Amino acid sequence: MAKVSKSPWLLHYDASSCNGCDIEVLDCLTPKYDIERFGIINTGDPFQADILLITGGVNSQTEPVVKQLYSQIPEPKVVVAVGICACTGGVFKECYNIKGGIDTVIPVDVYVPGCAARPEAIIDGVVQAVAILDKKREEYRRQKNAK
Amino acid sequence: MQVLSVIGYLILAPLAGGLLDGIDRIISARMQRRKGPPLLQPFYDIGKLFSKEVIAVNNVQMLLNLSYLVFLAIAGSMLFAGKDILMCLFILSTADMFLIMGASSDSSPYANLGAGREMIQMMAYEPLTLIVAVGFYLSSGSFQVSDIIGQQYSSVLFMPGMLLGFMFTAAIKFRKSPFDLSTSHHAHQEMVKGLTTEMSGPTLAIMNIAEYYEMILILGIFCLFFLNGNWWSWPLAIAACAVIFFLETLWDNASARLKWKTLLDSCWVITLLFGGVNLLILMLLK
Repeated sequence: MAKVSKSPWLLHYDASSCNGCDIEVLDCLTPKYDIERFGIINTGDPFQADILLITGGVNSQTEPVVKQLYSQIPEPKVVVAVGICACTGGVFKECYNIKGGIDTVIPVDVYVPGCAARPEAIIDGVVQAVAILDKKREEYRRQKNAK
Repeated sequence: MQVLSVIGYLILAPLAGGLLDGIDRIISARMQRRKGPPLLQPFYDIGKLFSKEVIAVNNVQMLLNLSYLVFLAIAGSMLFAGKDILMCLFILSTADMFLIMGASSDSSPYANLGAGREMIQMMAYEPLTLIVAVGFYLSSGSFQVSDIIGQQYSSVLFMPGMLLGFMFTAAIKFRKSPFDLSTSHHAHQEMVKGLTTEMSGPTLAIMNIAEYYEMILILGIFCLFFLNGNWWSWPLAIAACAVIFFLETLWDNASARLKWKTLLDSCWVITLLFGGVNLLILMLLK
């Protein structure tokens, strides 16, 4: 039967990004990059998403949101941190309000560095995330069968 | 023959609906100068949705969605068995009520707004749908689908206005822009995903399969306009359906979403102008 990797739906959240990476994420939808050719849909609904794509570092205001979004995505799921701020906190790392990268709050599977991350890098990161998604799906199925 | 036709509908409608959806997505992509997803993408999507974790927001939503699917399958089976068209249309509305109840059963404000909009959409297309059923009765003398397709002449000769009106309101049923108020196939709506916001995994997959049944049912009603006792009317009807489906896709890509009031006004004006006038003329003729 069809694998998750053939239809990964994506949820994009801006934790505290400067919008540079967000614009690049939206670039991936344009005719030049067209991520829909991989079956990827940029959905706005965590209930229907497989990949959580986060830009920007986590601050105290976005921390509960990130956690909630992550908990609302049904298994199997992967998280992609896009941009250097989402990976480590970037230039904002030492700021009093920034907790750091996304991995300080939820587990991250793929890191896409760059400031701002290029659309090519984002697509490459998502494609790697899709491979991880397939592995997680196998694991999830084994766990379900074990129950 | 009837049994074969119903079994054929029940098995083939989701497949044909999925293929049409795939074609629709590719054509839409080409209209936007994109490559678009593979043809079988809708099947990949449904396969994936069934493999996902079940997040039940409450214990009735799945049941209501299943009822939506079953009632749509019954409505379609009535059409394809050659039974009463009026009854078929009533069951179609009943099915839609289950979807509305399913969406309003959860606590998401987006889903509840979507359910409200779905009801407004029903108000918009329902009058014309009934006028079309009456039109079939006046042109063929019977509500039975088997009698309507056995006529000497195609019904469309008597009811061209109703066909145009039905093409207009079918955009609501196909959930095409500018009438995709309650939920949209396109991502990023002003209310997340509308009706389907709290549906995930298998629940959403069932809703999608039901939509494919509905799509084929509506195309079947379009076929009724063209079918008559002669064999050549069948390829003609299928060709007409293909043209209508392409026009819906074109319209979907060329227009922006409307407000609910504009939707209601435009649908009722079209119903009165095309449906009502056509009905009056038909009553004078027959």
